Amino acid sequence: MQPLDQTVLATAPPAPRRSPLAEGALSRWRAPLSILALLVLPFLLPSQALAVNVLIYGLYAVGYNLLYGYTGLLSFGHAAFFGTGAYVTGIAIGTFGLHPLAAIGLAVAAAGVLALAIGAVSIRSRGIYFAMVTLALAQLVYYAALQASGWTGGENGLRGFTVARIGLGPVAFDILNPLTKYFVVLAFVGAAMAMMSRILASPFGSVIEAIRENETRARACGFDVERTKLLAFVLSGLFCGLAGALFAIHLSIVPLDSLAYNTSGMAVVMTLVGGAGTFFGPFVGALAVLVLEDALSLWTPHWQLALGTVFILFVLFLPRGLWGTALARLATMRGRP
Amino acid sequence: MTGPVLQVENLGCRFGAFTALEGISATLGRERITAVIGPNGAGKSTFFNLLSGALKPTSGSLHLGGRDLARVPQARFAHLGIARSYQITTVFPRLTAHENVRTALQARANRYDFWSRRDRLAGLSDRADALLESVGLVGRRSRPAAALAHGEQRALEIAIALAADPKLLLLDEPTAGMGPEETKDMVALLHRLSDARAILLVEHKMKMILGLSERILVLHHGRLIADGTPTDIQADREVRRVYLGQSGGYGHA
Repeated sequence: MQPLDQTVLATAPPAPRRSPLAEGALSRWRAPLSILALLVLPFLLPSQALAVNVLIYGLYAVGYNLLYGYTGLLSFGHAAFFGTGAYVTGIAIGTFGLHPLAAIGLAVAAAGVLALAIGAVSIRSRGIYFAMVTLALAQLVYYAALQASGWTGGENGLRGFTVARIGLGPVAFDILNPLTKYFVVLAFVGAAMAMMSRILASPFGSVIEAIRENETRARACGFDVERTKLLAFVLSGLFCGLAGALFAIHLSIVPLDSLAYNTSGMAVVMTLVGGAGTFFGPFVGALAVLVLEDALSLWTPHWQLALGTVFILFVLFLPRGLWGTALARLATMRGRP
Repeated sequence: MTGPVLQVENLGCRFGAFTALEGISATLGRERITAVIGPNGAGKSTFFNLLSGALKPTSGSLHLGGRDLARVPQARFAHLGIARSYQITTVFPRLTAHENVRTALQARANRYDFWSRRDRLAGLSDRADALLESVGLVGRRSRPAAALAHGEQRALEIAIALAADPKLLLLDEPTAGMGPEETKDMVALLHRLSDARAILLVEHKMKMILGLSERILVLHHGRLIADGTPTDIQADREVRRVYLGQSGGYGHA
């Protein structure tokens, strides 16, 4: 038993230090405050397209964070859910002519079903083995999409499903306007954040944290650890699937890369840079990484090298991430009389 | 005290060629406090792991109140009324003491509830406080478990185990690493707790065991070599031989 648990601990994320103060107003109003912050974001960034990307990748990292930051499972295959969400959206609209909202719903469901399958296979392995199994299964999905080029467009990606307006009946928004598009995407992301906040504050939310903290104890308490992990895995997949669906609608193209391992890595990097196990951290991470990518790619085609260096520095010197560290500082400051 | 009785029959556990435990038979749960003793490597931890479902026996059987536990997964043991603590403190380190116990309480009712607000669940929070009170930790409720003193963490682990409302509480060295003061508190706590449930404990502090237990089981090389009252055990030749031969006296066992 013991060696296995140590493996889990070795990959468990550095959770934010808990203090009653940090769990005060900032925590109680985390969903509305996050949405508020995201409402002003497009006016602070150089381009609205970048802002939309922050929303989408932020949501993707939020979904990933449920599994990694809160349940303590290091998956390295979440691109499978992001990419599936994107492809199903594109195919549903382009090939089957579905309403965009129905396509998004279908995409989320498909990502959930895939998460159920991948989770069922991977959840019993731990630590690095779990990461490897999820990576291998996600690669399987990647190659399946590459082979099924009749459906997916193969290497060229999926095209031909541009969505110009989104909405129901008379209430429809022209998403060719970048700012309108931003707020439409934010409506989805905001709803997802509210739901995530609710899940994290629910009894289930404390069960997954208990599993992250001490699996042996959680099991001895009478929790079905495997089933709880699987549920967390599926929930995480649903959120990532929604992010993928929004990504497809945003770009009007689904690149094969959306299923690739570097997209899986993106979720890990963004979550860690922002702060694993914090509510808003994944957005901060997405913002930091995307802005850095934007700036660096102007200078050098080897921007990924620089990004990798930044990531390593974070893991070594700022393990709580940007947001996690900020929250901890705030807590100590307020803790002082 | 009449609770469901744990019937152990010819229980054994092998790891490959190594036999950790063999042919253990006993009826547990009738006495308030039963101690399991034995030299290191006697099979005490394996015995506890079998009784708490963490390991499955390779031979023999376990029945709780007539129910066969052979196919019952570990997580169900808590629901059936068997809860345990570990030799190495096993709590949720970054959750507060209160959250530790409240989470444990959820195992009975709110395992897969995604929608309620956990801090508003009627009764859950109060019951957690009551359990903290019963182990003397209510003043520490808002501290992370990792920030508690060693003895407090041991007590917290017992509060977590109590959340399952066990009829049989298995404690693996509850006073491990404790000084005399903390040990005294723990002994008082065990006395109180045994009013409402049977306690089975592994311990090394012989004086404490002799004063506390109604019954003692002695394991040696994976076998049950003695089972009786403290007086019986002190008089038992085989037990004396094992302990004297090993380390020269009860005190160091």
